[in-house]
Amino acid sequence: MVQFSEQQMQEFNRLVKRYPEGKQKSALLPVLHLAQESFGGWLSVETMDYVANLLHLEPIEVYEVATFYSMFNTQPVGKYMFEVCQTGPCMLNGSDDIIAYIKEKLGINVGETTPDGMFTLKTVECLGACGYAPMMQLGKHYREHLTKEKVDAIIEECRNNAARNN
Amino acid sequence: MGVKLLLAKAHVEGIKNYDVYRREGGYQSVEKALKTMTPEAVVEEVKKSGLRGRGGAGFPTGMKWSFIAKPEGVPRHLVCNADESEPGTFKDRYLMEHIPHLLIEGLIVSSYALGSNDTYIYIRGEYAWIVDILEKAIAEAHQNGWLGKNILGSGFDCNIHVQRGAGAYICGEETALLESLEGKRGNPRIKPPFPAVKGLWERPTVVNNVESLAAVVPIINMGGEEYAKIGVGRSTGTKLISACGNINKPGVYEIDMTISVEEFIYSDEYCGGIKNGKRLKACIPGGSSVPILPANLLLKTAKGETRYMNYESLSDGGFATGSMMGSGGFIVLDEDQCIVKHTYTLARFYRHESCGQCSPCREGTGWMEKLLLRLDKGEGKMSDIDLLWEIQSKIEGNTICPLGDAAAWPVAAAIRHFRDEFEWHVLHPHEAQVRNFGLAHYADPLQVPAGA
Repeated sequence: MVQFSEQQMQEFNRLVKRYPEGKQKSALLPVLHLAQESFGGWLSVETMDYVANLLHLEPIEVYEVATFYSMFNTQPVGKYMFEVCQTGPCMLNGSDDIIAYIKEKLGINVGETTPDGMFTLKTVECLGACGYAPMMQLGKHYREHLTKEKVDAIIEECRNNAARNN
Repeated sequence: MGVKLLLAKAHVEGIKNYDVYRREGGYQSVEKALKTMTPEAVVEEVKKSGLRGRGGAGFPTGMKWSFIAKPEGVPRHLVCNADESEPGTFKDRYLMEHIPHLLIEGLIVSSYALGSNDTYIYIRGEYAWIVDILEKAIAEAHQNGWLGKNILGSGFDCNIHVQRGAGAYICGEETALLESLEGKRGNPRIKPPFPAVKGLWERPTVVNNVESLAAVVPIINMGGEEYAKIGVGRSTGTKLISACGNINKPGVYEIDMTISVEEFIYSDEYCGGIKNGKRLKACIPGGSSVPILPANLLLKTAKGETRYMNYESLSDGGFATGSMMGSGGFIVLDEDQCIVKHTYTLARFYRHESCGQCSPCREGTGWMEKLLLRLDKGEGKMSDIDLLWEIQSKIEGNTICPLGDAAAWPVAAAIRHFRDEFEWHVLHPHEAQVRNFGLAHYADPLQVPAGA
């Protein structure tokens, strides 16, 4: 069952308190981020309904927001999501080669997840790292100046982290 | 070395921390404003400074502030636009990452000027780690009495909250940003009413870019008139330029708007010339929305005059032969880059980011992307180029918000200046897949400095 822990509930309350009385809908985006982080990296209908209930919204108000913003995943994703930028400035610095290399290395296409559920490859549009291209977002942070060697090291790092956490 | 007002202290060890920032003279503008100036006087200084919005539109900040409605008993809000998403632009990120207290300081003074007791920073969702940096700076400012109730005994209360977006370029448009801040889809609103009258929660609101708000600090410290002496003409003060693409030294540079484009690209103080000893082919000087210029029109205007890095000079010649300062996202293309492919990636970007409200933008951006992909792959027809031109002309000016224009302009400029390259893709479809069109006649006919 989808349910925030006590600590997550404290964070929820902190977020809602930032807005005036009766304007709790403003907390929707931050709360959806919290929910996505808390419940496996994506927003199921159950999760969205739970958020709607917490914020006293109609479920449709949550669905329409969750589907509008590209950072919200409405399908399950892998444990590690490679979000590789492909817009102009990254393209000028070889993002196509990086994307092709990741595809080959992981044996998946853009939008797919490896069978072990470890990696998802996603292409994204400009993330504001144009001077440090090519780049990808991995979790909360950016990985910049990507090369094939760096991609290898990142994959290795993820595998090691996953093994350690098991 | 030009004047540095925003980044002068950005590389002082530990400047991210309050103590260091304060020791280096931080928060003096808050003392000056709250202890010696009325809110109206602060607005007046910003007007005198000539500061123009640094997000892209270049609208005078002081004038924007003076429009805010003040109905009795209705709270007003300042919202900081940190939804930096224009391809080629990463200056606000740099400022927030390196010297976050400068933004917080600017926000306190600006909130005082506008009477905003609850001020919001709306930051793009992907800048997740910067949220932590800002929240730490805000907490430090609180602990030291710069935020909270009755700041410095002035009777002014202020809190700053950070709101994360979730991946939508459109939320950089101020009314879409406000919708998003209200927990909705980022659909721009029809104006009027303008945010200054009915903004966040229908309250009077001013939305300003990060860099504009940070610039309020030096403006108050030195006075608006002194600030206006820096730069040239109506391009006053300093501007952050984020340079990227095929250059030796990509990064964020603070310029005082008196240097030439040629110096900016080739001098070691800035971009350091074109990477790998190649030649300059083209450049988008102000973020992906503004017109791309071939090298010859970038370095000199159509009249043969030197082009400078300021609002007036970059737009000299209008869209026929000029471009715009925009957000300061400076994207450089070397001789090996394909204009058709590059334009395609931008068209794909705008299709992805269209909110879908207005048909010309929703449908038009998709058609432009498809046509450009077809042309890039060597599967296009000559008539596709004309069709592309026609579509972009039907988007421009026909949408609620400027995203339509922003999507149309790069396509129009690419065809205007590089039509022969598009035609070459149609006439030599196979060759186009393996070889770049090259420099052709529009390329830099000027003397290229040694080593470039």
